[in-house]
Amino acid sequence: MTQHEEEHKQHRVPYGEYILIWLGLLALTCLTVALAGIDLGRWVIITALIIASVKSLLVMNVFMHLKYEDRMFRLFALVALVTFIIFISLTFFDYAFH
Amino acid sequence: MTTAATVADTVPDFYHEKTRFKGIFGWIFSTDHKRIGLLYLFAVITFFLVGMILGVLMRLEMLTPENTIVTPQTYNTFFTLHGIIMIFLVVIPAFPAVFGNFLLPLMIGAKDVFFPRLNLLSWWLFIAGGTLALVSIFLPGGAADTGWTFYVPYSIRSNTNIIPALMAAFILGFSSILTGLNFITTIHRMRAPGMTWFKMPLFVWSLYSTAWVQILATPIIGITLLLVVIERLFGVGIFDPTLGGDPVLYQHLFWMYSHPAVYIIILPAMGVVSDIIPVFARRTIFGYKFIAYSSIAIAAVGSLVWAHHMFTVGMSNTGMFIFSLLTFIVAIPSAIKVFNWVATLYKGSIQLEVPLLFMLAFIMQFSIGGLTGLMLGALSVNIHVTDTYFVVGHFHYVMFGGTGFALFGALYYWFPKMFGRMYIKRPAFIGWLLMTVGFNILYFPMLILGYMGMPRRYYHYLPQFETLHRIATVGSWIMVIGIIILIVNLIVSLKKGKKAPANPWGAATLEWTVSSPPPTENFHEIPVVTTGPYDYSNITQSVEETR
Repeated sequence: MTQHEEEHKQHRVPYGEYILIWLGLLALTCLTVALAGIDLGRWVIITALIIASVKSLLVMNVFMHLKYEDRMFRLFALVALVTFIIFISLTFFDYAFH
Repeated sequence: MTTAATVADTVPDFYHEKTRFKGIFGWIFSTDHKRIGLLYLFAVITFFLVGMILGVLMRLEMLTPENTIVTPQTYNTFFTLHGIIMIFLVVIPAFPAVFGNFLLPLMIGAKDVFFPRLNLLSWWLFIAGGTLALVSIFLPGGAADTGWTFYVPYSIRSNTNIIPALMAAFILGFSSILTGLNFITTIHRMRAPGMTWFKMPLFVWSLYSTAWVQILATPIIGITLLLVVIERLFGVGIFDPTLGGDPVLYQHLFWMYSHPAVYIIILPAMGVVSDIIPVFARRTIFGYKFIAYSSIAIAAVGSLVWAHHMFTVGMSNTGMFIFSLLTFIVAIPSAIKVFNWVATLYKGSIQLEVPLLFMLAFIMQFSIGGLTGLMLGALSVNIHVTDTYFVVGHFHYVMFGGTGFALFGALYYWFPKMFGRMYIKRPAFIGWLLMTVGFNILYFPMLILGYMGMPRRYYHYLPQFETLHRIATVGSWIMVIGIIILIVNLIVSLKKGKKAPANPWGAATLEWTVSSPPPTENFHEIPVVTTGPYDYSNITQSVEETR
């Protein structure tokens, strides 16, 4: 296989896997809604962010095929993720120290 | 810079290429990066002239402390529209969209950008967003009056056409993201053989850094503006304190994009300065790698300083300390660039052509803008001058004294390549002189006014500020005369300028190896790069021949 062909090879994901991930995302959404009704105090934001992060990872890895792409694309996605974490963290230098 | 001549004389230039559609449609549906670059150029200059007229009218209103020419409400819409147009429609797209599109493939030895159709879509989104912004002025309800920052809660309550203006900025954001995405992919995938990362012109490095900021920061403003629309339409309490929302959160989210946007605006301008100075100093750039890395550093650290716009909104002391510190840190890579430009000029064989004069004005004015920025970044001084004309003066020294001057300098420098004609030198010099003198008479008094306590965006002011306001207004007239001379000169030069050779300045970057204007797909054969972008050792002879 030439390098060109290798770059363009398609990874086929079985439909079953997509459906499984979709059900997983629905379950996590239900969990978010359920947790919204419970007073978790200062853990509210942390739990919401953890659930949202897991959902994002599932979407990026499976639906956006990042799991099957080469290292460069994963690195780019990581840059975006790290930037996002830094933005949120810096904002909390304001909110957490009021 | 290359080992081989790259284009056959018989290949038609891009103005005469065979297109699928005729006339204007051959341009607005073209996927050629050069045509798209020029489409952006005409759009940006048109929007610039509209923004400039609004600015001149604002200055005219400020001529006297009471009513001069317009009502207070009209004045509010003037400064809002001036800001929206100049920022979202002029300075943000000016370098990436105009010069980036035209030059990036030429500079790295490619035939086009990686996604030409996406590039065309990006232009269409830009035009759609720009049109919506202009149409919003004339819709019932009147033009937005919130200032370009759309601060809540006023932007939720104002009865003017806020939603169209917000949606315009939202659409323009997508245009910017697509351009950034295209440039990153192009730079990674389409560099000519031998064009290693450290053989790229510094303008390309600056476009690369800028593209990352465009991709990472723009979605934040998109979603934030959309949240304001949702809040206006459905009354959801996100930012409005009366509904349980947090107005300071809006400011965080707004500046999370809008401060990095300052770097989208200034970084490519710095790249242009880095590319033009060595050409007219006839020596290699001083500290190539430092300038390249400083672009990345400015993009990275500059994205983390946003809350220095918010020192008086009641942030925590820890937050203020952190953001003030980061603001001071970002001055380091900026200063690295300035020192390297000056060092490049030192002992160079300087040719005072008009593009270089613009770059020299840039260095002086950007330094004033940058240093006054540091004053604003210091917590104690900030509290004194927040929301005064000091901020307006600082901002215009960076945005206009920096990017605006670089834009005109770049236009004169690359004019022969874009249009195949040389500009007429004397009016170009007079225009530059009037523009520089007028600019400083206009904006320096604003720094003093602000320091004396004149608040920004005020329609009436105290009599003690009148003299400086008058001086500033006179400065605006001088500057506008200069700008008109510059633009008219370019238009006249299109017809009457001498025919431009391929490399009139004796530059060493790849775009000067092809004919002026370039052929349709730039290079007959993809060039092989063997020397750096500022190596003039093999260029001098050919320059003497062309002059």
